Amino acid sequence: MAKKRIVSTTINGDVTEFLCEPRQTLLEVLRDTLHLTGTKEGCGNGNCGSCTISMNGRPVTSCLVLAVEAEGADLRTIEGVARGSALDEVQQAFLEEAALQCGICTPGFIMQTEALLAENPDPTEEEVRFYLAGNLCRCTGYDKIVRAVLSAARKRRMTAEAAK
Amino acid sequence: MAERTIAWPKFGQAQILGKDTPRVYDGAKKALGLAKYAADMNTPGTLFARLLTSPHAHAIIKSLNVEPAKQVPGVKAVHVFRGVDTEVRWEGELIVAVAAERPEQAEDGLRAIAIEYEVLPHWVDDFDLAGAEAAKITDKGEPLKLTKSQGNQKKGDVEAALQEAKYVHKGTYGSAVITHMCLEPHGSHCEWKGDQLISHLSTQNVSGTAGQFAGPLGIEEAAVSINCEFIGGGFGSKFAADEWGIACAQMAKETGRPVRLMLDRGTELKVAGNRPSSLAEVTVACDADGKITAWDSNHWGTNGTGGGTVSLTVTPYVYDPPNRRRTATGIVTHTGPQRAWRAPNHPQACAYTQTAIDDLAAVAGIDSLSFVRKNLDITGRPAVYAAQLDIAAKLMDWQAKWHPRGKGQNGSVKTGLGLALHTWGGAAHAATCLVKVHPDGTVETFLGSQDIGTGIRTSIGVVAAETFGIPMTSVRVHIGSNKYPKAGPSGGSTTIGGVSGPVRRASQEALWQVLDKVAAKHSVDFATLAVKDSKVWSGDKEVCTWKQACSLLGPMGIEVRGEGPKDDGLTSAQVGGVQMAEVEVDTETGIVRMKKMVAIQDIGLVVNRLTAKSQVLGSLIMGIAYALSEERIMDPKTGRFINADLENYKLPRIGDVGELVVEFYEPESEYSRGVIGIGEPPVISPGAAISNAVANAIGVRVPILPLTPKRVLDAMKGA
Repeated sequence: MAKKRIVSTTINGDVTEFLCEPRQTLLEVLRDTLHLTGTKEGCGNGNCGSCTISMNGRPVTSCLVLAVEAEGADLRTIEGVARGSALDEVQQAFLEEAALQCGICTPGFIMQTEALLAENPDPTEEEVRFYLAGNLCRCTGYDKIVRAVLSAARKRRMTAEAAK
Repeated sequence: MAERTIAWPKFGQAQILGKDTPRVYDGAKKALGLAKYAADMNTPGTLFARLLTSPHAHAIIKSLNVEPAKQVPGVKAVHVFRGVDTEVRWEGELIVAVAAERPEQAEDGLRAIAIEYEVLPHWVDDFDLAGAEAAKITDKGEPLKLTKSQGNQKKGDVEAALQEAKYVHKGTYGSAVITHMCLEPHGSHCEWKGDQLISHLSTQNVSGTAGQFAGPLGIEEAAVSINCEFIGGGFGSKFAADEWGIACAQMAKETGRPVRLMLDRGTELKVAGNRPSSLAEVTVACDADGKITAWDSNHWGTNGTGGGTVSLTVTPYVYDPPNRRRTATGIVTHTGPQRAWRAPNHPQACAYTQTAIDDLAAVAGIDSLSFVRKNLDITGRPAVYAAQLDIAAKLMDWQAKWHPRGKGQNGSVKTGLGLALHTWGGAAHAATCLVKVHPDGTVETFLGSQDIGTGIRTSIGVVAAETFGIPMTSVRVHIGSNKYPKAGPSGGSTTIGGVSGPVRRASQEALWQVLDKVAAKHSVDFATLAVKDSKVWSGDKEVCTWKQACSLLGPMGIEVRGEGPKDDGLTSAQVGGVQMAEVEVDTETGIVRMKKMVAIQDIGLVVNRLTAKSQVLGSLIMGIAYALSEERIMDPKTGRFINADLENYKLPRIGDVGELVVEFYEPESEYSRGVIGIGEPPVISPGAAISNAVANAIGVRVPILPLTPKRVLDAMKGA
């Protein structure tokens, strides 16, 4: 068996070190070692998007990232989205627009949406649908997810305007 | 005004009931990533299990040596499901589970297991009836008949009716096997505390699974604690403890450690349930006016090794012509067993009935909508369907968009319209609840129910808050434990009625007890009292706050139990729904794109509009999935489910669903019927409605769902 490695990362703003085997995925370490179970596993092969997190500012499916690849990385998971205990605009919109049902796909959708809005604060409906095409929902809340994302984008733009 | 009668608020007088209420209790937890599912349970010392499954569709285990697995570092338990000389009957059938400190170590353990199979001939084709009849297959060494009659029923005189009919149409229609594909697979986390088993189980059946653990484990049912705060989808597949749940508990017992056993995605798709297929040869006839006079069908398909198919009882679907013959044959296949799939039997029956009827309409030269209208008298809810068709047609702009079959625009991309009708029961299941009113005015409800994603927690809160005239935040809703009063499993669209009835009854009785105290204390007439905005009112005069009223209860507060279902009008059953689809078909690629769907749903009394609407929207999209892309593909040569992963088991993505329009049909006459479940009915019509729209677009019928590009192109080539 390969020797365990120490990996140093920043997770949700905190410097975090963990021990892992070279073959462990980042998803496994987040969920089972670090108890950050908000990131979900839906398929294990990058097709459902449930395990989406932000790695150095880019959305990645953490089931396809080896834990050792996170060395030096700045990671953000669903647990790091809220401002303290207050939901951010995207989370709030998912709640208000009923864009969540069973909830397994929700963290992945929210993380992908955060990435979208960071890149494009004013997406069209088509751009939303294109950017979120890697995330599967079975329940399925697609229609309400689109509404929620557009509503969150609007709210965030208004907040940004007001701050000017 | 307080009346000692169990009833819902009068039409138009509810404060919260029927409004849009977001998920106040659990929505934030889900959005924050704090909701804990079975797969998230990881108490100290938890072992992780992995599964060895059969790679063969049909084989005998000739040798099995699990000893090497026990020597693998980290491995703590090995559980054998099926030993030497056992016959396995489908690919994916569980053979061994290994629990280890880390999942990778459990996988190392699986790799160390030595197993040999004698591979036997298999049968996995669910549509080749003649082939199934001729196949030479044995089971336990004995010849196995692969086809089983599932009945043959007749009403009226079909032959005479066909002779007399003006138009007769014959066609073949079907739908493939699909799976539930819950995004959280089946599984549990099991832990023992002394002789008590604590199972965090991903289940639709919190109150009904303890006994399923207790029996095989040889313990008392009272020693089993089932917990399910959150479940990641079920759709009818998660009612049981399952052999993998029992194995999880046994390995936990054996090791004295908690064990988590979740199915991997491939195994989930292969063994944890599917929806039976059906292929129907249909003859249907009508008179010169387009009135359906006769139906004659023979259908077959598979539900796995059981040799079942879609039930005869829903054939033909919704329409009940005077002359009818129906025959069904199940085919035994070496495939995983069926489980109830959202509205069992109905979507498939709808897909072979209302397509055939639409083809008959085309033969008769009558437009689809008029043809359906002409035949509503042979349905169970003619007036409701008629009203719903009018609403749907308007929202779809049917009249402006309609063109006769295949007579749309020139060019390679064609648009088309289709429609279908459905029906469902949705009666309340049996449930008991406990309602506590505390002296500070807060309320708690307890039910051994579960929220399978529908938002039932919020609905329970709506009913209690409405009854007591207090905000949702003053109500705490407890579900997800079998230690609470028993509530039925969440299947058959029975939960909303099942829980809202008992909660309303108990809450009304508790309210009356509080108001009795208020009446005595303030010397006011009970009959004049009402609660609203956290206050008790006598007419338009404020008597006291709700909190002051509850302080009269003394330090213990009160507890009231509510039961259901009861014949007091709070709940009822039977709904109808109408759906219309508009599609765009690229005749060069065979790709079908959804443009728009309209769903009008009969629902009775709406408890929470927001989550009820989500059920319909979700159903439409699940319907689009089985109509256009998802299916289990079996390889006849190897007997394997070759697309058992989320890359190749094709589900629609967020850009594939088009515009969705949902409206409830809810005149006062519907409100007064009380609460009826609608989680299932709207998933029934999409297959037929979309297939009809494709036929309308391209001028030919694509017989089998899903309407993949290949099937569309094949149908066009045959035309």
